[in-house]
This record gives sequence, C-alpha cells and structure tokens, in this order.
Amino acid sequence: MDIAWSADELAFCEEVRQFLADTLTDELRASGSRMTSVYADPGKALAWQRILHAKGWVAPAWPVEHGGTGWTLAQRYIWQRERIAAGAPPVSPMGVQMCGPAIIGHGSDEQKAYFLPRMLSGEHFWCQGYSEPGSGSDLASLQCRAEDAGDHLVVTGQKLWSTHAHAANWGFFLVRTATGDRPQKGITFLLIDMTSLGITVVPTVSPAGENIQNEIFLDGVRVPKANVVGRIGDGWTVAKYLLEFERGGVAYAPGLQIDLDEIERFAGEVPGDDGGRLIDDAAFSDAVAQARIDVMALEIFEFRAMGDAGAGRFPHAVPSLMKIRGTELQQRITELHMLAAGRYAAAYQPQAGVSGGPVRFPHAADGFAGPREAALAPMRYVSERAASIYAGTNEIQRNIIAKILGL
Amino acid sequence: MDFTFTDDQRQLRDAVQGYLQRNNGFSARTKVARSESGWSESLWRGLAEELGLLGLFVPGDLGGASADSVTAMVVMEELGASLLVEPFLETAIVGAAALAASEGGEAELRAIAQGDARFALAWAEPEARFDRLPRATVARRDADGWRLDGTKSVVTAAPVATHLLVTALADAEPALFLVEPGAAGVALQGFPTIDGRRAADVTFTQVRLPISAPVVRGAEAIERLLDLATAMLGAEALGVLRRMLDDTIAFTRDRRQFGQPIASFQVIQHRLVDMYMRLELATSAVYRAVLSLDAAPAERMRAVSAMQVTVAEACRFVGQNAIQLHGGMGMTDEVAVTHYFRRATVIESEFGSADYHRRRFAALSRAV
Repeated sequence: MDIAWSADELAFCEEVRQFLADTLTDELRASGSRMTSVYADPGKALAWQRILHAKGWVAPAWPVEHGGTGWTLAQRYIWQRERIAAGAPPVSPMGVQMCGPAIIGHGSDEQKAYFLPRMLSGEHFWCQGYSEPGSGSDLASLQCRAEDAGDHLVVTGQKLWSTHAHAANWGFFLVRTATGDRPQKGITFLLIDMTSLGITVVPTVSPAGENIQNEIFLDGVRVPKANVVGRIGDGWTVAKYLLEFERGGVAYAPGLQIDLDEIERFAGEVPGDDGGRLIDDAAFSDAVAQARIDVMALEIFEFRAMGDAGAGRFPHAVPSLMKIRGTELQQRITELHMLAAGRYAAAYQPQAGVSGGPVRFPHAADGFAGPREAALAPMRYVSERAASIYAGTNEIQRNIIAKILGL
Repeated sequence: MDFTFTDDQRQLRDAVQGYLQRNNGFSARTKVARSESGWSESLWRGLAEELGLLGLFVPGDLGGASADSVTAMVVMEELGASLLVEPFLETAIVGAAALAASEGGEAELRAIAQGDARFALAWAEPEARFDRLPRATVARRDADGWRLDGTKSVVTAAPVATHLLVTALADAEPALFLVEPGAAGVALQGFPTIDGRRAADVTFTQVRLPISAPVVRGAEAIERLLDLATAMLGAEALGVLRRMLDDTIAFTRDRRQFGQPIASFQVIQHRLVDMYMRLELATSAVYRAVLSLDAAPAERMRAVSAMQVTVAEACRFVGQNAIQLHGGMGMTDEVAVTHYFRRATVIESEFGSADYHRRRFAALSRAV
C-alpha cells in the first residue's frame, strides 16, 4: 500500500495546471466557479469544450483510437480535481460521458465514424430521453413506442427530465419496440435528430426558477433504423453498458473539498453571532470539520475504487455507495453554505451566479445585495435537492446495495 | 391545563381558511408573488374589510379586535397553509404590537386595521448576523429630533412597506424607530426572496426623525417584540409543514412504480411517519412558546428559542423529504410542495438560525 501520488502523477498535475492557467479566460472561470447548480451554461461549456478539443482533452475516459487521452484513472482524477479548482466549467456529460460510451461499445462503424468526432468537437450537443411520466425509478416500464416502418422506426411518446434538451441538436432515447414477458426486453437505444419533425421540447422550470430540464413530446417522429445503437430490442444492455463505462473514473471528493475550501474562506470574511468571524463560531466550525472528515473518508474510498478498477475489479456496491455518500455530502455542504449566507440565505439573486439555463422567476437584472458567495447559497441549496433524486434515487441505490449484501 | 381552541377561534380558522381558498389559491398566489409589486392590494383590503384580520392586535376603540396571541396563532397557521406573501406578520402582528405598546400611534393603528398601512421590521445588520439587538445602526439626538445612520440587511417586505420599524442604538440604548421609507436619506436595494416575497437591504444616511420617532425603548422591549414575531412565524410554519406532509402522503399513495403505490414501501412509510412526528413536536413547541409570551423574560426567551430550534429542524426535515418523496416532480415549479419547501427554508432562519437559538437557549439556561 502507498497513499502518495507518484512522481509522474505530480508532473502530470503540473502540466494540467499550466494548461488551465494558459487557456482559461475570466469569463470561463466565472461560468465554472459561479454555477448556481451542477449544470453549466451550455454555451459556456461548449466554448470550453472547443478549447479542450484543440488540445485533445475532451474525453479522458475514451479509448485513444476514438479521440480519448489514454490517461490512467489517477490522471483522470487529477484532471477532474484541477479542472474544478481552476473554475473551468464541466463539459456537458450527455454526449461524452453517456451517449459516447454507448456508441463506442455497441455502435456500428458508421455510427462511430459519424457521431464520435462531432461529439468531441461539440457540433452535436446531446440530450437524454429516458424517464417518462410513469417510469422514473422503474425505468424499465417505459412506454414511448417505436413502430417498425421498414427502414424507419416511428416514435411516439413523452420523455421527462431531459437536461438541456432545449439546447441539444441530438438525443439518445430508450424506446419500446416490443412488449414481452420481462419489461427490460423490447427496449431499443435510439439516436434521434432533435430537429426532426414531430418533436416538441417544453421547458420544465425548477424550484430555483431555472429552465434546465425539459419535457420532450414525440409525435410520429421518423428515425432511420441506422440510428439504432446495438440491436433492436437490446437497448437495456446498451443502457447498462453506458452506466458501467466510467466505473472508477467518477469522483465526488475533489469537488466537495473545493466547495468546503470556498465556504471556509467565505466564513472567515463574515461575522458570527458573537461579534467574531463566523469561522470562529464553534457550532459552525464543528460542522465544517465534520463535513471535511466525511469527505476525507469518501476520498480514500474513491482512491480504493480507482485502484480496484485499475486492476480490473469492479465491486458492485461501489457506484451506489459513492452516489449516496457523494450526493448526501454535496447536499450537506449546501446547508453549510446557507448557514454562512446568514440572512442572505433568503434572497433570490441568480444574477450573482451563472445559471445552467434561462432564469424564469423575476429577479434584479444586475447588481446584487450582500456578498456574491451568499447570493449563490440559496440557488445551490434548492438545486442540489435534485442530487438525491436523479441518476437513481438514493432509496433505489440503497435497494441495490441491500441486494448485493444478500438481503 | 387546556389545549383546546374556543368556538370563536375555530370559527375564525374556518373563515380565514375559506377566504384564502377563494382569494389566495395556488395559481392566484403564484401570480401575485411573480408580479411587479409582489403583493395584492385587493387581497390585503379583503383581509381588513371582510375578515377584520389586520386589526387583530389593534385595540377595539381604534377599529381592531384586541385579540390574544392564541387567536393570532390560529390565524398565522392558516396564512402559512395558504402561503400568503403579503406582510401580515410584519404589519398586523409586529407593527400593531409595537405601536399598541407605545404612546401615541393611534393614527398608524387605525391605518393598520383599515388596510392602509404595510410594515417592515428592519432588525438584522450585516455586521451582526442574527443578533437581535442593534450594533452599528445609531440614532443621535439633535436639536430637532433624531438623526439615524446605519444599514439593515434583508429587510422582509421593505419594498412594499409604508412604514419601517428600525432598531437602532439611541444614545447607546436599543430602541425601535418608526421611519417613512420615502424619507430623505433612506435607500433601498430591493430583491425578491426565494419564497416569492420582497425584501431589501436598507441604508439610512443622516435620516431626520421627529422627537417622537422611538416607539419602543429598551433591550427587553425589543427582545419581546422579536420573540412575539418568532413565535408567530413558528405558528405560520405549522401550516406550511402540515401542507407538505398532506401533499406528500397524497402523492406517494397516488404514485405507482414497480406495480404498486410507492407509499406501500416501508422506507417511504417510515420517512412519512418521521415527518409526521416532526410536525407534532413542532406544534407542541409553538404552543409552549405562544403560551409563554407573557411570562417572565427568561422563561419567554427560552420557550421561544426552543421553539425556533424545533421548528427550524422540522422545516428542514419535512421540507427536504417532501421534495425527495415527490421524486422528479419535487424538482419542478409546477407542484405546490416546492413552493412550501422554499417558504419553510426561509422560516428556518428568518429570525435567527437554529444555531443562534441553541446558543441563546444555553446562555439563558446557565443564567437560571
């Protein structure tokens, strides 16, 4: 065992820092460091993606032959940590982290040749069509229908919670091509041009007043069968592959540590109840310390998972444990942020940050009251409630671990 | 001991509930909250004229009802259940109580009862977080009266108010001043709050006030007024919490996944039971606080701080889990529960965070 980074890894870290220092503009840094939720502004994220594309760093997890970096898991971890610390926005995950792996693993040569380069360059901006009104946690019960029409499928149905569908020109969908004994059978993974006739995107407004999610209505949308990834009826396999692709390469701790650093710095600048600084307040500093302790435990857990994955071992409970613990800590940190904001925890001032989509609630056009860090707190607190719901609720994740434990 | 409501209180509850269902329904209320002004004049007039509600704490000879605090608690709970955005607490509770305790103020009290006045209470300072007493806002005596200087942060309802009540050190003694928002030297930086209300940071620069401007004097009188406000906010929270619990029970019974209502899963049931227990304990804490408002200062303050901690934790637990159990729907503006969640979030620290009140409680307990 050895807990230290190697000399090569430390050198890589320096290279990454230098690249970030050289390429990040103030505007890009603001769009990454002042996010009001986990969602970056699509336009800003694309601008950053173009810079990464020129360097060949858009898709660290992809194989080199498709445009990946060939980095080790440790290098990917370092990249993620330094990227967040420097304030760069995240690249939209729907293409590179979700649809890309599905095409790499199950797509045809034509699909790989056409879609992967456009995904890397940002020419195609992707959204996801999975959940439906009656199919959330129970995704396999999905009903969006795709009828066989010779060389086309004709798709009719409704999808929910599609992040940035309003900004996307392509979408990957799970649709039902057959009904059978098991709901997982007869599901097909389909790539759909979002400019197709019969598609209507309706904005969903979040409790923070932002339009990031959308409903997608599909009414007789004709999709060439050439856009099926994998075999017709075998979409569940593709969807599962996609989920497992990044195993060992996902980490919560770096972002959580940086959030805590920022809150601690901010708490050193604002008053506490007893006249001193908030960071000198025993209750507050104890709560920050506890969060740091919990993040430290998660960090080593993530390093262990990284080591296992590097050795080809994928303990099944790992992604669920990381998702539960990571999102719970993420949410607790937004609670600390609210405490640090004091009375400004009540103020609605999205203009102090950079939203991941159009803001639909009334707010001041520019300028804001109180410190900027305080203005961000309620936006993040409200938005982060989604973390324990999306990507499989934390209740569902606990069910998964319970099954693995043989319960 | 008796924890039952009188017939009059029950009738008042029904009348308020009925009026708000007719005039402050979810979509009407949301429209008002998102409007330019942020409040509804017709609703406000109705509260005064149809229900006589704005004169709740105004003496009878000035057109009010001279109601007791238990009656006010009943009203506040219903306003919470309806998510009223208009400044009822600031006007009919805080404004009326402050002026009723002062000399003079008859004109303002009449205006409150008639629906012609809207108050805002400016107490928190950027230099002092949740400290209930003024530190850096100062009123100095001069030949004509007073000169007020200082800044107040996140003053709820200030942009819609006709009267500001401002805490300040008057010759080193805490006092509460009545200030016109339009007076020379008063500057507002306004913004909406996450619960759909309006607030502002308010700066006072050499504001000239008449000699009669202090309506309340002394630290205990200000603490008492803020304790009343806190207890009534707790009563409002009960309406907010009850609605979140009811809505979440209804949703989980209706929502089906894996072929059955999600309310049939034990993990969901236990969560709902914990939410229910928080509500009942918060209700109990509010009763104690409201029934202690006229007790000796230390007992009153302990009861109110204990209540605020209990209510704040209930708001957080019930609010977060109401969202969680609504799943994706809990992350949309479409369902009412997310609006209640935002109000609950503001209530958590409107008059001081749970940490602040725990510390205040501990200090008072040591002193006993």
